[in-house]
Amino acid sequence: MIAEAAALSAGSATPTPGADAGGQGFVEFVDVEKSYDGRTFAVTRLNLDVARGEFLTLLGPSGSGKTTTLNMLAGFERPTSGVITLEGRSVDRLPPYERNIGMVFQNYALFPHMSVEENVAFPLSVRKITKVDVASRVGRALDMVRLRQFGDRRPAQLSGGQQQRVALARALVFEPSLVLMDEPLGALDKKLREHMQIEIKQLHTMLGVTIVYVTHDQSEALTMSDRVAVFNNGGIAQLGSPDDLYNMPESSFVASFIGENNTLEGKVERISGKECRVALDGGGSVTALAVGVTEGAACHVAIRPERLKLAPASNGANALPATVDGRIYLGDHQRLLTKLENGQVLTVKVGPEATMGNGEAVTVSCAPNDCRAFPADAGTGGSISKTGE
Amino acid sequence: MSALEPTKLDQPRPSRDWSAADTGTAKSVAAALRRADLGDRLRSLALAAPLLVLLALSFGIPIVLLLSRAVYDPTIANALPQTSQALRGWNGTGLPDDAAFLALAADLRSNQAKGTAYELAKSLNARLPGARSQMLKTVRQLEAADRPPLEVMKAVPFWSAPGTWPVIESGTHSVTSFYLLSALDLRWNADGGIERVPPEQAIFVQVFMRTFFVAAAVMLATLVLGFPLAYLIASVPKGLAAVLIVAVLLPFWTSILVRTAAWTVLLQKFGLVNDLLLWLGAADDRLDLMYSRIGLIIAMTHIQLPFTLLPIYSVMRTIQPSQMKAAYSLGAKPFTAFRRVYLPQVFPGVMAGCLLTFILCLGYYITPALIGGASDQLISNFIASYVNVELNWEMAAALSFILLVFTLALFGIFARILGLDRLKLV
Repeated sequence: MIAEAAALSAGSATPTPGADAGGQGFVEFVDVEKSYDGRTFAVTRLNLDVARGEFLTLLGPSGSGKTTTLNMLAGFERPTSGVITLEGRSVDRLPPYERNIGMVFQNYALFPHMSVEENVAFPLSVRKITKVDVASRVGRALDMVRLRQFGDRRPAQLSGGQQQRVALARALVFEPSLVLMDEPLGALDKKLREHMQIEIKQLHTMLGVTIVYVTHDQSEALTMSDRVAVFNNGGIAQLGSPDDLYNMPESSFVASFIGENNTLEGKVERISGKECRVALDGGGSVTALAVGVTEGAACHVAIRPERLKLAPASNGANALPATVDGRIYLGDHQRLLTKLENGQVLTVKVGPEATMGNGEAVTVSCAPNDCRAFPADAGTGGSISKTGE
Repeated sequence: MSALEPTKLDQPRPSRDWSAADTGTAKSVAAALRRADLGDRLRSLALAAPLLVLLALSFGIPIVLLLSRAVYDPTIANALPQTSQALRGWNGTGLPDDAAFLALAADLRSNQAKGTAYELAKSLNARLPGARSQMLKTVRQLEAADRPPLEVMKAVPFWSAPGTWPVIESGTHSVTSFYLLSALDLRWNADGGIERVPPEQAIFVQVFMRTFFVAAAVMLATLVLGFPLAYLIASVPKGLAAVLIVAVLLPFWTSILVRTAAWTVLLQKFGLVNDLLLWLGAADDRLDLMYSRIGLIIAMTHIQLPFTLLPIYSVMRTIQPSQMKAAYSLGAKPFTAFRRVYLPQVFPGVMAGCLLTFILCLGYYITPALIGGASDQLISNFIASYVNVELNWEMAAALSFILLVFTLALFGIFARILGLDRLKLV
């Protein structure tokens, strides 16, 4: 279950370079690596600071190392090398039950043989808190998630959302300064998930706890977080506010993982200042912001569908002639699939009133500021960026 | 109620209370549901009918017939009709009047004529040790007919002994508590009360105690060995778990007789176990493991291990690893987490495994017969002996009945503690 015995610790005597100089990091990962088999790394060279009171989300596809990172912080896994500190103290030698970290699991992990009240009282009773105290704190915690009247029910008698709220109350009742959430809403349906997102966010604001949240759902990450760490191949691909991640992705992985995105393939012709001219494969060219590209190299140009317009180009915007290839009706808006002359496809977000038919010729335009050119072979794995700090 | 309309988020599930306006509809709906339910139930019952018939014919009826022998034994009543008649007016104390003696003499002669005297003698002897030879001797003297029957009867001291007539009298009633009382080392005394049999005749209480002791010891041993093993199997990767399960089941698939025979080889004075103990220096001299209580418990533990282990394992497998993680993260130390989170959840499996082993151990026959010594025979060995050797089926039925009652009582207690629905046998 807990692979404590097998973990090769780098030794707790290792100094934490830069960690103390870094200042008020509430949780810090310094050069943390984790390998299960000694050959491949689940997490590589991870450096991450979490500020007190922050809502930080670890976002990434499955196998990207986000859950391993969370488990190391919770104490269920030990880093192969590197140091994790909590409030300035290394937690290397601290077993999970001494870390005082609340945790919410994807499958809730409520104790089925205990009532809701007993579940919530569990962390208090193992801390040898007096019965009277326990009762009042359990009552307050259940009030907080509006489940007081269900105190004597068994978890199995509650709905999924209610169970998750019990799990929240249980993780918060002992007033931990840090709460970890491992895809807590993964088992709920869409409506309920959105509802719970708001509820969790409210609890975070109300209690001022630090939350580290793991999810693979990008919209969830954008909705709730102060900052998001996008994980890919065992490392952080980009760390920043939801705003920054959406509007200023630093790699084509982040651009396509967060939000909807069009990718055009091409080659960098020349770089002038912040911008570069990209010759698209199959013909045509666009001006885009240069994000780490070099002249002559293959690149990906990322454009958000809502930044594209169906209008002739004006004052230096990119204009690409295309034909309509399909239309997806989504109620409040529509997605227009357009095919460029070079064969590449762009999705354009248009209003609900648009009535273009298939085969109709259109001009797709966008400002150079809304196009971002990334190196095509961008090895996102392990590259650690520090945007937003 | 549109199907598309999303149910109100996260509200408690609506309870099924019908508003007053709906009562009429509700009633007819409920009736329709009941009819549909009944149809389903009848269909499944019909499918199970062949099995039920087979069970009734091959299992239920024979058991009832056999067990009824414990309380219903008409042999004596059938063989002594005149005596039964003559004893009607007897008050049960002292000796009955001469008419009873004469009636008995007549009955004995008619049995001899019909050829049923031997059966009667056996039946009397089961209740009255020594009655067989006395009766057969009396019959021979009656047959000789050189004296009046009454004189013959009075001349044999056995028929005037204080214990004889009460037993005959009780035998003339077909329904008897004699065997059941005997199975508990009890008997009717001359005053019509129940008393313990003299210590030198008492045997079954001790055998029952021994049976329960051995069953409990084996249950504990399998639990102590099986629980950690089940935990190991439940926590290792699937492939290894499958190998371990096969290793556990392999002996399970072998005939119990073969396994018992294997243990007789291993436990011999010059067998492998003793060799090993000597070699390890764990024993100074060769131990008498064969024909001993300890050898019996070792062999039974080996045979019973899968029965205890499998229910525990099947429950352990359903407990998600996140349960223990959650307990740790909430501040529970490993032992506390085990005691308060893990153990309560595997408890139904532990109870089921222990109950299964305990009850199966109560009926062990071959293993004690082959490995146990004379003082290690369990109740089943006595039942078998009454059936096969003594041909006293009444006593066998009585012992079986007592065993069955104990077993059911035990099961009832388990079920009461745990709730039958929580008893996870598979």
